Amino acid sequence: MTTKDIVLDHVSIRFGSYTAVDNAHLTIRGGEFFSFLGPSGCGKTTLLRCVSGFSEPTEGRVLIGGSDMKGVGPNKRPTALIFQNLALFPLMSVADNIAFPLEVRGISKKQRRKRADELLDMIALPGVGDKKVHELSGGQRQRVAIARALAVEPDILLLDEPLSALDLKLRHHMRTELRAIQQRVGLTFIYITHDQGEALTMSDRVAVMNSGVIEQIGDPESIYNRPKTSFVASFVGETNAIEGKVVLQAGEIVTLETPVGHLQGKAAGGRRYKNGDPCYLFIRPEQLEVKSGLEAPNTIAASVVKEEFEGSARILFLKANGIDMRITRVNRGASDALANGQALVCAFDPDHATVLPHGPLAGA
Amino acid sequence: MNKGTGGGAIAAGYSLLFFAFLFGPLIIMVITAFNSSSFPRITPWECFTTEWFDELFGNERLMAGLVNSVIIGVGVVAISVPVGLAGALALSEVGPKVRAALYTVLITPILIPGVVLGISTIVFWGGLGRSVGADYGSIFFDGMFLTLAGQVTFIAAYAMLVFLARLQRFDPTLTEAALDLGATPGQAFRKILLPFLSPAIGSAAFLTLLASFENYNTTVFTILSGNTFTTTLASKVRHGTDPSLSALAVIIIAVTLIGAMVHEAHTRRAEVMRTGQAARSKVYGNPVLSVLAHPVMVLVLLVAMGGGLAYKASQHDARACKQQILDDKRALQEKLLEEQRERIRAQKAATPAPAAPSSGPAPSSFGGAFNPGSLAPGSAPAPAAPATPKTPSGFGGAFAPGSLKPN
Repeated sequence: MTTKDIVLDHVSIRFGSYTAVDNAHLTIRGGEFFSFLGPSGCGKTTLLRCVSGFSEPTEGRVLIGGSDMKGVGPNKRPTALIFQNLALFPLMSVADNIAFPLEVRGISKKQRRKRADELLDMIALPGVGDKKVHELSGGQRQRVAIARALAVEPDILLLDEPLSALDLKLRHHMRTELRAIQQRVGLTFIYITHDQGEALTMSDRVAVMNSGVIEQIGDPESIYNRPKTSFVASFVGETNAIEGKVVLQAGEIVTLETPVGHLQGKAAGGRRYKNGDPCYLFIRPEQLEVKSGLEAPNTIAASVVKEEFEGSARILFLKANGIDMRITRVNRGASDALANGQALVCAFDPDHATVLPHGPLAGA
Repeated sequence: MNKGTGGGAIAAGYSLLFFAFLFGPLIIMVITAFNSSSFPRITPWECFTTEWFDELFGNERLMAGLVNSVIIGVGVVAISVPVGLAGALALSEVGPKVRAALYTVLITPILIPGVVLGISTIVFWGGLGRSVGADYGSIFFDGMFLTLAGQVTFIAAYAMLVFLARLQRFDPTLTEAALDLGATPGQAFRKILLPFLSPAIGSAAFLTLLASFENYNTTVFTILSGNTFTTTLASKVRHGTDPSLSALAVIIIAVTLIGAMVHEAHTRRAEVMRTGQAARSKVYGNPVLSVLAHPVMVLVLLVAMGGGLAYKASQHDARACKQQILDDKRALQEKLLEEQRERIRAQKAATPAPAAPSSGPAPSSFGGAFNPGSLAPGSAPAPAAPATPKTPSGFGGAFAPGSLKPN
């Protein structure tokens, strides 16, 4: 255990009768880039404020570097929080902003300025120290906020959706940059986001939250490829969800009876199902293929509703016996465009489909 | 004026009327301050004089009241601003339900009539003083203290409103960020919140000073036997006004104008500096003009200009002019008297009535009714009849006994 480790020991946070975080229990390792991913209102920001010291858990403990943080104020914790709106001080210059943590610790003006210049070099913004915050662009402010948080070398950096205010291009750029900074300084980063793209590209591990409950913790690949609950399967990435009942399980392969016929998928985590169990079959749009004829099993007869052109890919919206489905097809030229209303058959490999017990879906 | 948006002659005329309505009284008041007429008026113009300023500064009661007002004003600012700030901070920290209740309580003093506040202040502190056995020389019966206490009760609420408005624009995450970065709550307050509030502190101080200075309703009770600038002015106006009040208005207008111009210079300079266009600006790019446009320089120049004018005017001697006016008046009086005598003589020659010639030239408004001779036997019903046309009465002789006589 290092000083940069964080342990959430059965943490619950309640406001009156409302449970914002329910029994979160996990360990974040020192130097890890850890993301909490979930829709807004899932309790991820509440959890972050609890780690940074702005609120105390109703139950359980928060341990940083092995010591209980109960009663330790935000100014005494080895954490630095980057706020969603960055919270840069508008009346101060950029250098004064960065040097603020040093100022309140009584460090001399000269040393403060020296450290501020070092940090400005590190974030590749030399020479902007005397500018006001409002003179910087969104991405520059972002980096200044990070520099300010790093000024006193905290053990843990907490980031609350810091990229949500940026435009798409800048967001993609900052993802790479954040990851690079994290690897350079070797701190524990805890990142809060509702954007699965951010969580998957930057993180070492991701915790997916819904309604205050942590549904799954794992590395980005296992979260995407091997979801453990119907919520995780439907929230992370695009997917097609087909409801059905179990009719047969042979090893890992489960056969479901669905409105579009019998379909086969893999039972997640080696789970055993009884016949008649209500389940969902999840199949990613990129795993579906358009076929020419009916080849049993795992084929679905559908008709084209519309096709969206996205440049690198075409998204095909289908309707199969009342169920909306989508297929992502890599763009290989205009010749494979399909007409609206055209009937077709799509198929998938049972290994690429996941069968999960019936449960809440994201956005439903 | 844009004709397309309904401008034109009517709009221009309306604007003119509007500004005349706004500034007309002020302009007239300024002019009356320099007229030697002992009643504030423009016509007839007598002499240019600055004696009303001397009169103003020579009024000891007014000057003593001014000192009291300044002391009370400074005291009210020193107490109201921190109290108002504390109230505003408390309001912004508590939950919505408590906030609504607390807001009503804190704002009530503004809604209560000042008279009630004044009386209740005396009653409360008097009662408190008597209950602890204090005598009439103690602080509980001191006009200055009571006025300070009475004014703070509602002026602090004004300050609170100013701070509340500013605090609504404050982003509380800034304080959280400061705490998170290692600042103590005290440091976060001093280094983040207080600098953000500094403009509001300035305006709250200014507002509370003005509110205290101009307050009459409450002060007239709480000051007891003493007086402030405002209560002295009020009693002076009640007993008849003279142009020294106009002189006071001139001073107040001058101070306000200088303040406004310095503030404008400061705002413009700050705006140019903020946007970093100083180098390209015609005024701020030029080294000489830039110094001239600096607010401190503007203040120095305006004060010097005002001081110079005041000095020049104080050297002006209106005695010769006033003597001239006096002589003119006397000559006019003499001329009128002479005309009157002429007429009497002419009338006497026409009607040999047993008139009382002594009543003729009497410059009495009563048409000589009180003249002892009018009661003399034989002096007929209308003895003063010939004199009435020249009586300098405000009623044009309508009440003169002779006017009813069938002529």
